[in-house]
Amino acid sequence: MTVAGDVVLQVEDLHKSFGSTEVLKGIDLSVRRGERIAILGSSGSGKSTLLRCMNVLEMPTRGRLILDGEAVGKPAAGGATRYREAELNRLRARVGMVFQQFNLFPHMTALENVMEGPLSVLGRPKAEARRTAQRHLERVGLGGKADAHPARLSGGQQQRVAIARALAMDPEVLLFDEPTSSLDPELVGEVLGVINDLSEDGRTMLLVTHELGFAYHFATRILFLHEGRILEDGPPEQVLKSPREERTRRFLDRFTAFRF
Amino acid sequence: MGYVWDFFAVARNADILLAGLGQTLLLSVCGIAVGVAIGGVLAAMRLSGRRTLSWPALAFTEFYRNTPPLVHFFWFFYGLPMAFGLTLPPFAAALAALGVQSAAFFAEVFRGGILSVETGQWEAGRALGMGRVRLMRRIILPQAARRMAAPFVERSFELVKTTTLAAALAFHETIYSAMVIVTQTYRPLEVYTVVAGLFFVVLFSASQIAEWLEARGRRAGAR
Ligand SMILES: Nc1ncnc2c1ncn2[C@@H]1O[C@H](COP(=O)(O)OP(=O)(O)O)[C@@H](O)[C@H]1O
Ligand SMILES: [Mg+2]
Repeated sequence: MTVAGDVVLQVEDLHKSFGSTEVLKGIDLSVRRGERIAILGSSGSGKSTLLRCMNVLEMPTRGRLILDGEAVGKPAAGGATRYREAELNRLRARVGMVFQQFNLFPHMTALENVMEGPLSVLGRPKAEARRTAQRHLERVGLGGKADAHPARLSGGQQQRVAIARALAMDPEVLLFDEPTSSLDPELVGEVLGVINDLSEDGRTMLLVTHELGFAYHFATRILFLHEGRILEDGPPEQVLKSPREERTRRFLDRFTAFRF
Repeated sequence: MGYVWDFFAVARNADILLAGLGQTLLLSVCGIAVGVAIGGVLAAMRLSGRRTLSWPALAFTEFYRNTPPLVHFFWFFYGLPMAFGLTLPPFAAALAALGVQSAAFFAEVFRGGILSVETGQWEAGRALGMGRVRLMRRIILPQAARRMAAPFVERSFELVKTTTLAAALAFHETIYSAMVIVTQTYRPLEVYTVVAGLFFVVLFSASQIAEWLEARGRRAGAR
């Protein structure tokens, strides 16, 4: 068994190109157990692509992933890695993801959404899956909405169900890709509140966000991505208040232009 | 000069006509079954993402979509014996032609339904670690099925109407039976009016049932 502070997920020399455009230009990143990493960067800098490469929703062009000390996939020509489907499924079951657009299953109730992973991926018995799903819904404040279909829920509620769905897999690493970016402003708070509560569990999380204030309080570590490279990597205090790079400063200035 | 209608001529031969209608329905149901089975395989080939599978399926689909169905009937009935010495009875030849031809259409219905499911649904399933088959069965197909329902019914109705071409193979379906009655009674106007009425009643009631089922499915989905 691994302990807090171990490297849980390691990304080595990760490159990703779409056609001839290289979007990630060599990312090296060690994620330690219990770390909460906020990823900042302007639109198009490769934040989503980085997260999506970490559970191989996007196939990296080069580089490899090491989960709990074990390399995922087999090395192939040109520094690429080949993955077998079963291996990918195992990786994804252990690295959860929450999407900007929620992506709840519309034909299932909130409870069924949360049960689906444990039931059909982890092979849990139905009664047990139902019980834990209910508990996870309560955890995100939606115990009373178990039987509601997603169409009947607000954006904020849908995203909380999506978080419960990811949690139900008890993932070692949880990835959030701008979880509040498609929400009305008044619903952002409830979702950030839920994410913040997860800190208590010591769960390892990576969060792409534009909510700098939240990132400052929530994260133990902040990355700043620029044109497919990590330009900044350090504690929130340092990255947000005394960034090393001019680029980072300019990015941060845009967020603080209207202080009042 | 007024035409004197005489539907009694048809009524006297109702048994022949109804037997024909029975054969039409039998051919339709079997045709749909064969079409769905082959269409499902074709759709899976096209969606496989492998050229060695998707291209032949595409070629097959396009070929059958862009050639007249009567030609397919003649091939299976007259062509097979000449080319391969394989003689099929009219029902089998008609079923083969109908099944293969409608498979091309059903494949498009299935493919369209599956492609209409947002990529976010695939990604959400994959992100949970679901394998291909499970993802298809649990997430994609249930959503695709609802969107396929209307075009599926539409294609099935086309198929029922296309079964009338089997008359050209002397298969005793509704039209062939009608022709038999016409040669005995010389009452084509009455006979074919009744035939149109029969098809209308069958297809219209089927469409009412389909609509009711669809509405029920929609309600269940939006609960
Ligand atoms: N599937 C894709 N095909 C082609 N280009 C893509 C694709 N996904 C992302 N990109 C491009 O990669 C770059 C980085 O995208 P992304 O990772 O989404 O950035 P961010 O999340 O930081 O806004 C953008 O220029 C985007 O247009
Ligand atoms: Mg993004």
